[in-house]
Amino acid sequence: MKTPRFGERLVALIVLAALLFSPPLILPFDRTANGGLSWLPLYLFLAWGIVIALAAWLMEHGYDDQGGA
Amino acid sequence: MRTDPLVLGVAFGYLALLFVIAAWGDRRAEQGRSVIGSPTVYTLSIAVYCTAWTFYGSVGRAAEYGPSFLMIYLGPTLAMLASPFVIRKMVRIARAQRITSIADFISARYGKSGSLGALVALIALIGITPYIALQLKAITLSHAVLMNYPEPPGLRLVEEGFWADKSFWVALVLAVFIILFGTRYLDASERHEGMVAAIAFESLVKLFAFLAVGIFTVFVMFNGPGDLFARAASHPELNDALSLEAVPGGGIGWVGTLVLAFLAFLTLPRQFQVLVVENVDERHIKRASWLFPLYLLVINLFVIPIALAGVLLGDPGGDPDSFVLTLPLSAGLDDLPLLVFIGGLSAATGMVIVETIALSTMVSNHLVMPLLLRSPHLHLGSRGNLSGWLLGIRRVAIVMILLLGYLYHALIGDSYSLVTIGLVSFAAATQFAPALLLGLYWRGATRLGATLGLLAGFAVWIYTLLLPGFAQSGWLDDTFLQHGPFGLAWLRPYALFGLEGWDIYSHSLLWSQLANAGTLIGVSLFTQQNRLEQTQAALFTGALHTSLVYTPLWQGQTTRGELEALLNRYLGAPATERILTGLAQQTSDDQAVPPEVIARAERALAGALGSASARVLINSVVRGEALDLEAVLSILDTTSQTLEYNRQLEQKSRELAKVGEELRSANERLRELDRLKDEFVAMVSHELRTPLTSIRAFAEILRDNHDLPDDKRRHFLDVVVLESQRLSRLIEEILDLARLESGRLTLHPQRLDLAALVRQSVDAVHRVQEERGVMLEVAIDTDEAPVIGDPDRLEQVIINLLDNAGKFAADENPHVLLRLERHKQHYRLSVEDNGHGIGEDERERVFEKFHQIQQYGAGSGQVRGRPRGSGLGLPISRGIVAHLGGRLWVENASTLGGACLVMELPMAPAGIEVQEAVKKNKAPPER
Repeated sequence: MKTPRFGERLVALIVLAALLFSPPLILPFDRTANGGLSWLPLYLFLAWGIVIALAAWLMEHGYDDQGGA
Repeated sequence: MRTDPLVLGVAFGYLALLFVIAAWGDRRAEQGRSVIGSPTVYTLSIAVYCTAWTFYGSVGRAAEYGPSFLMIYLGPTLAMLASPFVIRKMVRIARAQRITSIADFISARYGKSGSLGALVALIALIGITPYIALQLKAITLSHAVLMNYPEPPGLRLVEEGFWADKSFWVALVLAVFIILFGTRYLDASERHEGMVAAIAFESLVKLFAFLAVGIFTVFVMFNGPGDLFARAASHPELNDALSLEAVPGGGIGWVGTLVLAFLAFLTLPRQFQVLVVENVDERHIKRASWLFPLYLLVINLFVIPIALAGVLLGDPGGDPDSFVLTLPLSAGLDDLPLLVFIGGLSAATGMVIVETIALSTMVSNHLVMPLLLRSPHLHLGSRGNLSGWLLGIRRVAIVMILLLGYLYHALIGDSYSLVTIGLVSFAAATQFAPALLLGLYWRGATRLGATLGLLAGFAVWIYTLLLPGFAQSGWLDDTFLQHGPFGLAWLRPYALFGLEGWDIYSHSLLWSQLANAGTLIGVSLFTQQNRLEQTQAALFTGALHTSLVYTPLWQGQTTRGELEALLNRYLGAPATERILTGLAQQTSDDQAVPPEVIARAERALAGALGSASARVLINSVVRGEALDLEAVLSILDTTSQTLEYNRQLEQKSRELAKVGEELRSANERLRELDRLKDEFVAMVSHELRTPLTSIRAFAEILRDNHDLPDDKRRHFLDVVVLESQRLSRLIEEILDLARLESGRLTLHPQRLDLAALVRQSVDAVHRVQEERGVMLEVAIDTDEAPVIGDPDRLEQVIINLLDNAGKFAADENPHVLLRLERHKQHYRLSVEDNGHGIGEDERERVFEKFHQIQQYGAGSGQVRGRPRGSGLGLPISRGIVAHLGGRLWVENASTLGGACLVMELPMAPAGIEVQEAVKKNKAPPER
């Protein structure tokens, strides 16, 4: 069973992911490193990985643990 | 090494392997040991999203447009995060209503409308066929690169016959595959287990192949990512390659692509097929919601390194779409390019298989069947089994769709690059999003609104993406691109209404979605739903909230014979048998059929023919209003009302329980207070009676015996006076206590020096203590101790403490130590004795009223010959100290080893008005 908290947390995660993936939050990372390549792809992959890790945690733990509440 | 027979042998060998896997999957399913019943397989089947377009095109897009290719995968990541809300709802609805495709889903939502289903199927056919063509093109192109390298692939289909084109034969093999494993059952809502198993396997193959070429590029051709990026950074042309500037349309293009991919992921027919129709268990969704994004992340890890490496090493004229192949080829390898070719083949075939099944179901159920049902040649009255026909139609549709895709590829495919076709198809699929998503959450969306919205959005899509594409390919005069049709500049397809500077996809997405959703909402607000629409709208929007089963509420009448004949014609005898199992065999043909069997029959027909056709067929044999819509609606309303009442009741009962709990604890507290009051009254009476008794006794003696000697008489009178004093002291103390507890004790706080007060108090009791033989020691560690307090009351407290300590000091060599010191922002006055001390559990109880009476009683006082206390001194002292903002407690005596009572008062703030300080320090009464 899902819990009300699960829904709230998932909505928060979706909003967080949408913010992390779009301007203006990506703009600060669109800087060139010393040599000349932008950090943007590295930032995107990192943010992506963090979102996936959070989602995995939420789906595998937040879903069932408080079940029946 | 790279000979044609070898490459073809491997390629078709790979396809043969798919047949084996699919057959194995179907065999296992028949034995009841399904291989696809796991969230991981579900995830891998969703990965059909990654087509040849991902496999070859991502690198090309990264090389040309920087990181914007990532948006194509971040959009689905967002969609999958939302899957526990959106996709779970779609799966539940699809299961309850035996939905077979996205056309069926939208048609069913808007009152099982046949025309809407046909429209969706048509749009999908027009929008998606180029995408199938794209996959075939990728196969042809990758094969040509593989065979001709280092020569350019430069192969023109027109110059050769189609029989020389490998993708024609691949398409043919795929057609056989899809017919074998995609149309095993008539019921399209049945899962295609073998096919899904093969698709999952293909997802593993393409992932493996792409990772292999990525690792080879980064770690063999270069010395790790550091080396690659350092060399790319020193390449001035690549300076902006990875920044937002490389993205067409900048920030707007970025967000536009993200939204486009998000919507397309939910609305592409093949994604609907694997996400919803082929879902075995809705619990798999939660695992897939993070595992699929992880798959996307992994398959995209090496896209940028490969693109950079391709630009660094490749010849400038090389097609970036082929970097994945040309990089290992340029290194002189033979096996790896073959693996890459197979990976691309798996990505292409997986997409073609699923997309073709989805499209063929739509075409046969929503375009062909409705026409046939109306045609006079297939009149419903005629006899004969049609189930074979139905499968035949679907198989012909499969061949036609693949052929159409192939023709598109062969005739006009050369003019588009891979990515362009992909995004144009995406934009077409997103036209289903408003009808689908709004329909899921807004009960008021009507059929007319959805139909007009779809038409409007589709028209804008044609005008802003399809026609300009044709024009750029040279089939249309492209002057209208530059100057607008009829010279109307504000109608230019890439800058509609003067909106310039956007990339073409975000531009088209904005206008088409605005037109689509705007029309849907606007028209819905001003049109009425018919009754079937209302029911379906309620069932769709409420799918997750109500535990509503699709309750059979048929009013219409039909006979077993008629229903059996209908089912036999369309579904065949075995399926009919299963549906009618509930009916007794001996039921005669003209007996009425129970409503739930009619509902079951409609659902079975819907699985095979789509909900709209099923409805038409059932209505043809059922007389009277087939479905009692009012009843369904009222059940829905009652259910939601009941749920609401339940929720309110639950809340009320929780509140009541809380109030009850509060009442019980208040009651307990009252009982406790009552008991304390009784005890107090008993104690007070007892205490008052003792001196009164002795006063009365001595007074009676004096009254009755006139001849008492004078010294005796004086002694008796002294006793009477002493006892009276004691009595009045006791009464005074009781009054103090009562005032303290009711908060009416009046104190006269003022700034005073505690050290001086202590000396004064010690002087007052010094004499008495000396008489008792108590050694009183005083240690004042501070010159001045300014506090706020009532001097009389504080003196009373200090004397009381000294008095107590004297009483409970050791019998021999009684010793009392008073110490005054500063402790942080407070002054601490401690009074120690060398007596027995007070046990841990007694420490709070000494502050209870009359405690000492209980504990030490008359005994100890008499033994030592010391005056007894009333047992009220400490409670009163604590009350006074608390009123002055301080504390009073018991601890172990550090020096003398007996009890130690500590009083702590806050230091008087310099220069603060007395009244204010007291107000601040004043603690509430103890009770």
